[in-house]
Amino acid sequence: MKMMTFAKRNAKEILRDPINLGFGLGFPLALLFLLSAIQANIPAPLFEIDSLAPGVAVFSLSFVTLFSATLISKDRESALLQRLYTTPLTGMDFIIGYMLPVLPISLMQAGVCYLAAVPLGLHLSINVICAIIGMLPMALFNIALGLLCGSLLGVKQVGGVCGALLTNLSAWLSGVWFDLKLVGGAFEKIARFLPFIHAVEMEKALVRGEFALAGTHILPIIAYGVCALALAAMFFIRQMKKQ
Amino acid sequence: MPAIQTTELVKRYKDVTAVDHMNLEIEKGELFALLGVNGAGKTTAIKMLSCLTSPTEGDALVGGFSVRKESDKVKRRIGVSPQETAVAPNLTAEENLALMCGIYGFSQEKTKEKIKALSAQFHLEDVSKRKAAKLSGGVMRRLSIAMALISEPEILFMDEPTLGLDVIARRDLWDMIESLKGRITIILTTHYMEEAYRLADRIGIMKSGKLLKVGAAEEMMRMSGADDFESAFISIVKEADV
Repeated sequence: MKMMTFAKRNAKEILRDPINLGFGLGFPLALLFLLSAIQANIPAPLFEIDSLAPGVAVFSLSFVTLFSATLISKDRESALLQRLYTTPLTGMDFIIGYMLPVLPISLMQAGVCYLAAVPLGLHLSINVICAIIGMLPMALFNIALGLLCGSLLGVKQVGGVCGALLTNLSAWLSGVWFDLKLVGGAFEKIARFLPFIHAVEMEKALVRGEFALAGTHILPIIAYGVCALALAAMFFIRQMKKQ
Repeated sequence: MPAIQTTELVKRYKDVTAVDHMNLEIEKGELFALLGVNGAGKTTAIKMLSCLTSPTEGDALVGGFSVRKESDKVKRRIGVSPQETAVAPNLTAEENLALMCGIYGFSQEKTKEKIKALSAQFHLEDVSKRKAAKLSGGVMRRLSIAMALISEPEILFMDEPTLGLDVIARRDLWDMIESLKGRITIILTTHYMEEAYRLADRIGIMKSGKLLKVGAAEEMMRMSGADDFESAFISIVKEADV
């Protein structure tokens, strides 16, 4: 119960922040509509709605990292965490309490992206539901990354690292905005080593109903998710003990 | 049994000794003020006593339990109001109180009772539906102390409770702290001589991690031959060979 109380508080903090709503929903939707308008005038396969919607949905998860990291670093800097460390909440209560409310928020965010893509031409089918559920492992990776950054960085640093660096990296390395083959070489190899492109490819496959192909991308995402979670838990507990 | 008993309590950060062999006893129901200049070790001492940081050497019994070995039991008996105002900014004043009730596992009924009682005690009724981030500094500090009292602690730690408040808000908060005297043990750190003089039963003066003197304000004034407490404090700190 104490963990759920803390988780509810975290959900309220995130959902009541207008900047979070603006970035988390407004920005991805604006991108979706803008790129669809460009696609209508200058058709490009990359921006067809079946590819664009999954790409934007995965890209919007980088804002989830930003929300989580900002919340945790703000709590640390405002001494709220210091107060809560003197209560019976355990390290696991904190970790789960920070992560749990962001998972449904991530799925809602993906749902809104896909629903907004329907009037733009996306065929609404059971595959879209599967694609929304398929966001879970990548959402877990992004939330764990947020916990990690929030445990290590101050609010201003979080803005720079998660707000600028991570959003750009996830955009460039996910193949959403340009085909990675156009760059090729080491850039493409690095991109394929990271989870972003796999998440986009998996989502595209799920939307098309190609579940076997989607399955080939899930392992690297889960592996990154587990590693990020382990690191996040370790660094969170470490900063907790440092208090 | 004293509320707090420290034995050769030490905290070192690399080459710096923040608290140096502190031996102190604080009786139940006492309001004890830790006074000192910046870097004296007041906050570190409070952090060790509230299980936020582990001692490097020595131990402290808080409510009869060791901060080293029985931190869970200690945490059940204390309330902490940190130096910076520690509230959830996007939650209303009432929701902040409810958050603490939930963390301590109170029933809905008890939560309602607690919120009502503490809102009345700390004059928070009019702002109960307002987001904490929108509250004035003084009201936010009152909310912060009310949150620390949710668990009905035996011992309350307040780290510089009136820092940065205007004179009216400070006086209001003093009245509220005085209203708690005798009911629970209070340990507060402060920079303000007047605050320690007015509120504390006994005062501990710290410098460079060492506890220089412990006693009532009048006793310190008499011993140092000073007419006022500020002069007594300056004399004790300046004469100390640390």
